[in-house]
Amino acid sequence: MAIQFTLNGKPQVVDAPPAMPLLWVLRDSLGLTGTKFGCGMALCGACTVHLNGQPIRSCVMPVGSIAGKRITTIEGLSPDGSHPVQRAWVEADVPQCGYCQSGQIMTAAALLAKTSSPTDADIDEAMRNNICRCGTYQSIRQAVHLAAQLRAGGAK
Amino acid sequence: MSPALSLDRRGFLRTGAAAAGGLLIAFPWPKPAAAAVSSATLNAFVHVGSDDAVTLIIHKGEMGQGTVTSLAMLLAEELECDWKKIRTEFAPIDPAYGGFQGVVGSGSIRSSFGPLRQAGAAAREMLVQAAAARWSVDKSQCRADNSSVVNTATNARLTYGALAEDAGKLPKPVNVALKPAVQFSVIGKSRPRLDTPEKVDGRTIFGIDVRVPGMLHAVVARCPVFGGKVASFDMTRAKAVPGVKFIAQISNGVAVVADNTWSAMQGRNALQIQWDEGKTASVNSAAITRSFVEHMDQPGAVAKKDGDAEAALASAASRIEASYEVPFLAHAPMEPLNCVAHVRADACEIWAPTQMPSAAHRAGMSVTGLRADQVMVHSEYMGGGFGRRAADDYVAEAVQISKAAGVPVQVTWTREDDMQGDLYRPASYTHFRGALDGDGWPVVLHARMACPPFGGLRNGVSSTGVEGVSTMPYAIPNVLVEYHAVDPGIPVSYWRSVGYSQNTFFMESFLDELAVAGKKDPLEVRRRLLAKQPRMLAALELAAGKSGWGQPLAAGHGRGIGIVNNIGSFTVQVAEVSVVAGKLKVHRVVCAVDCGQVVNPAGVEQQIQSGIVYGLSAALKGSITIDKGRVQQGNFNHYDVLRIDEMPKVEVYLTPSSAPPSGIGEASVPGIAPAVTNAIFAATGKRIRKLPIAAAELA
Repeated sequence: MAIQFTLNGKPQVVDAPPAMPLLWVLRDSLGLTGTKFGCGMALCGACTVHLNGQPIRSCVMPVGSIAGKRITTIEGLSPDGSHPVQRAWVEADVPQCGYCQSGQIMTAAALLAKTSSPTDADIDEAMRNNICRCGTYQSIRQAVHLAAQLRAGGAK
Repeated sequence: MSPALSLDRRGFLRTGAAAAGGLLIAFPWPKPAAAAVSSATLNAFVHVGSDDAVTLIIHKGEMGQGTVTSLAMLLAEELECDWKKIRTEFAPIDPAYGGFQGVVGSGSIRSSFGPLRQAGAAAREMLVQAAAARWSVDKSQCRADNSSVVNTATNARLTYGALAEDAGKLPKPVNVALKPAVQFSVIGKSRPRLDTPEKVDGRTIFGIDVRVPGMLHAVVARCPVFGGKVASFDMTRAKAVPGVKFIAQISNGVAVVADNTWSAMQGRNALQIQWDEGKTASVNSAAITRSFVEHMDQPGAVAKKDGDAEAALASAASRIEASYEVPFLAHAPMEPLNCVAHVRADACEIWAPTQMPSAAHRAGMSVTGLRADQVMVHSEYMGGGFGRRAADDYVAEAVQISKAAGVPVQVTWTREDDMQGDLYRPASYTHFRGALDGDGWPVVLHARMACPPFGGLRNGVSSTGVEGVSTMPYAIPNVLVEYHAVDPGIPVSYWRSVGYSQNTFFMESFLDELAVAGKKDPLEVRRRLLAKQPRMLAALELAAGKSGWGQPLAAGHGRGIGIVNNIGSFTVQVAEVSVVAGKLKVHRVVCAVDCGQVVNPAGVEQQIQSGIVYGLSAALKGSITIDKGRVQQGNFNHYDVLRIDEMPKVEVYLTPSSAPPSGIGEASVPGIAPAVTNAIFAATGKRIRKLPIAAAELA
């Protein structure tokens, strides 16, 4: 079945069973492998993308339900890695293995879009369902605060 | 190398991303530069382009531990190259890389510290000689500086790019004199990770992201009971699932191959399989614990014997005993297991996120019957490893399936496949007896230990089963460590920090019990028993001082110590916790480490943080249980791990050291559990002897 939506700012049509999770459409049909498979049950956050600006778990989102909507993946967060969250992640040198970081970054970007100057409690609340097995949490917290400052200061 | 492989290696481009956005990502493999730019191979580790780009070949896999950056630093220290012009690629399997390219045992820096500086120095010497020849001067008049060679008499400069072709024709120097440590300009100074920029925009290609032209996607139905086999199966319904292309029985199950991963999963759901579950089908966790306990009244194989523990126990002023237990643990890296294989009549290519490329290579040969030179392994970025990716089971599967299907195949393990098909950290049980002299100082340690063995038995002892107790650093005059190999048929293997992961919890907890029994401060006891261990003692004093040991804490708070001497390093942690209304919170962890000469301090700090989170996940939450031969946990809802809101404030302090570098990746895993449980005792008087820490124990 042909399903139309907006992917990273451009119109996209895919021919896929409506029940197929968006994650596998992105990764296997469209070749956008920046969005990661971690659990398949919306438990780890590695597959986080934005649907109309809201963070969602693509591993449990049937592609049939996103028709006509806007999807943003890590590849489309900025044209050149210049989103304040990406810049902060580089500045704080957050990633270790890096596998969870697409999801962490997408979740953090959605948090900052809603809460421009998050507290530690805000960060805990928004980020606690994004698992990192390498243990980058302390750096993530630092980087979210830094990203908030970068956003407030505009483009550097 | 066969012509077919060479063609692929040189010519192949990953097309998945190209289809999506015009972004072409090449193999992480030595490749010819574009026509206008030539590249000279100065040695196996250093290639220099005519455009001044320096390509450093990384011969150790990257699973988050920072090898790409730290090994590049070792090369750059002597190469005197411009850090901004560095790019890195993963090495093929080749004897030129020293014979062992695995990433296990926190060994990459230790084994590379000399050879990589030597490789950097040799390449620099070739560039200097090329410049000297160009200027017709003695090479003593030439000096390497930031990717150029300078003529010290004239201040003329030639860039490495301009010299590369000439340098590549020179004989390779051996035993070049290396800088003394006082002249290091790269080693010992924090560098940001080279792999960070592409890890924040989705560009990094992990194993699971590899896309090969014509590749199909597979999942495997494996027997839920360890050691079980397919008795019979019916694929009728599975074949009818849209997208399913091919179904085949392989050695350990039934593979479903489809044009995408999700269709393969749907096909697998539709399979009807009768399993021959085998003898492990009756195994459960309670029975495993009982079998451990049954061994506790029998002497085991002797792993360590100092003095006469029995005689000293009989004559000691006071005695205590206690039993400790931990469960099986899964590795649960964020990237589930996966592998791509392409088997043809005369060649086999493997794209594996592997800690052990040589094992992947052997698996390819073993399954296909091809020669070593017909099997090529591409090492891919790993989304965590923690020891699981040292095995080759997931590689052998992919090779079997591609061989059967006749096309390139990517096998993806679901999280449930990964968690229920792991090679686990062994469940383990230890009974201690200890004794004190008349002044309350420990004089006897007797440990009787039981767990499933791996890595072989020597005189009845599994070294991985007893390390951490048998290797404890304390000066106790009478020590007896005994071991019972108890194997219930659950596969076990290396899990970050291996035997120390459980045995340091046992040892450091019981040492605290001895301190309490002798009415001593746990720090004072350790100081006394480590008096002849200067590096351990220095780390202990540093951690104690930074933690504020001995200073008053709020009600319900406590501090605890956990130390370990593993992977050549000395690590001391002091945890501060609170238990309020039965609820545990770990507030702060101070960690002091002596890991010898530090290469990248920022990388060391990352690894310490990482080990603490990994160990804390296990201490607070980790438990794999068995029923009817099956693992009962399948995903993060039943095998929870530490979250950001549970992350303590971690402070890392490095003791200055001029000793050769030792390991760091596993240094902070073992000590965190006992630091926390000892702190719980300090806060509440409750002694935790079983992990994970149960809420009921704190109520």
